[in-house]
Amino acid sequence: MWRWLHPYAKPEATYRLNRKLLPWFAIPGIILMIVGMVWGLVFAPADYQQGDSYRIIFIHVPSAMWAMGFYVGMAIAALIAVVWQIRTAEWAIMAIAPVGAVLTFISLFTGAIWGQPMWGTWWIWDARLTSQLILLFLYLGVMALYVAFEDQRTGAKAAGILAMVGVINIPIIHYSVYWWNTLHQTSTITQMVTRLEAPAMPPEMLWPLLTCVFAFLLSCSALIIMRLNNEILQREVRRPWAIEILKGGK
Amino acid sequence: MNPRRKRRLTVVSIILMTLAGATGLVLYALSQNIDLFYTPTELVEGKGAAQVKPEVGQRLRIGGLVVPGSVQRIGDGLTVAFDLIDEGPARVTVEFTGILPDLFREGQGIVAQGELVGPNRIRASEVLAKHDEEYMPAELAEALKGIRHVPPSEWQNETSSDYNSDYQQRGGYDYGSEQPSDNEQPEEADNSSGYGSGGYNQGGRS
Repeated sequence: MWRWLHPYAKPEATYRLNRKLLPWFAIPGIILMIVGMVWGLVFAPADYQQGDSYRIIFIHVPSAMWAMGFYVGMAIAALIAVVWQIRTAEWAIMAIAPVGAVLTFISLFTGAIWGQPMWGTWWIWDARLTSQLILLFLYLGVMALYVAFEDQRTGAKAAGILAMVGVINIPIIHYSVYWWNTLHQTSTITQMVTRLEAPAMPPEMLWPLLTCVFAFLLSCSALIIMRLNNEILQREVRRPWAIEILKGGK
Repeated sequence: MNPRRKRRLTVVSIILMTLAGATGLVLYALSQNIDLFYTPTELVEGKGAAQVKPEVGQRLRIGGLVVPGSVQRIGDGLTVAFDLIDEGPARVTVEFTGILPDLFREGQGIVAQGELVGPNRIRASEVLAKHDEEYMPAELAEALKGIRHVPPSEWQNETSSDYNSDYQQRGGYDYGSEQPSDNEQPEEADNSSGYGSGGYNQGGRS
């Protein structure tokens, strides 16, 4: 495995791999996003008690899910950056952090506009909402630490340590609704997996939701790939291979 | 793996494990304080190993399922009283003046915030609806669970819904000039009258 992974420590190899991968994420991502959104927001049936308001789930759940998922990805990049000191991994931290922060913000924001008509409040300091807010602060902290130092590599190391430490928050977010009593309900998708005989959602709602989940994963991954490649080019702008690419060659 | 990387990996994993342990202990110590609300059983029988019971007069949140058949309208029609239950026999009565959230229903989960005015009676200033993780179309809900959701905005103000005949039998309420214009919470009823230490007055706000 090491022999297979090792070439990607070289920024040029990562750049070329990313370029090859990008369309495989971007195109299905955009298609699934359109399909999922139209399917979920227009064609899926209304809920028996929440009516059409529940449709915000098609944005809320995918963004909250991948806010956590990308945090784990960022922490893995941070581990590689701190232990193996591979520069591409350091850049990956900063490629992921803003995307994750925006996803976290979207999940909090859609949660608030969902909570107001359904629960009766925009915000409540229950364990789930609070831990998700902490996730947003962790993302912002990682981004701030990354740029806080004169030396970029020191900043990446500091940000990486915060990113790894913050991973503790991920299981807390996920299990908050099981460990404590909260206003937030438990996870629909987890229920789907653990309780097959009495599904929490009928297929005509579940399929558009899963489509949106994958659409968010693919399109946000595409954004991260593009951000990483920009960063690589910027850092390597004086290297011959980068100059060649910037001049318009392949 | 070369020794320097090995050392870094060891240091990182020791830091992470220590922090995970520390966080775990903190959360364990705080576990009862992180709970958003008391359940009716906790309120009546005491919470946790120490069986701590909240005192009368304390502000707290209570969460439970609305007992079917327990919803009563008091006085002017905007004041509602209902019982909450969780698993046990313990029941807690919540009394609330204002607009109920749209998801309010008998059998629905509710989180109410307010003052404990009796051992198992709460005067709520805010009632929030807690819905579960299940979503389904209306027809399926009716066929599968026999639930037909009627939002309280329909039975709190109007005469036409089928909820109302039920409530009218239990005691008159009139909707004269006091109808709320929209979904905003009306002003808090004044606390001074009707809810003294002596007893609870059902028609307190007339």
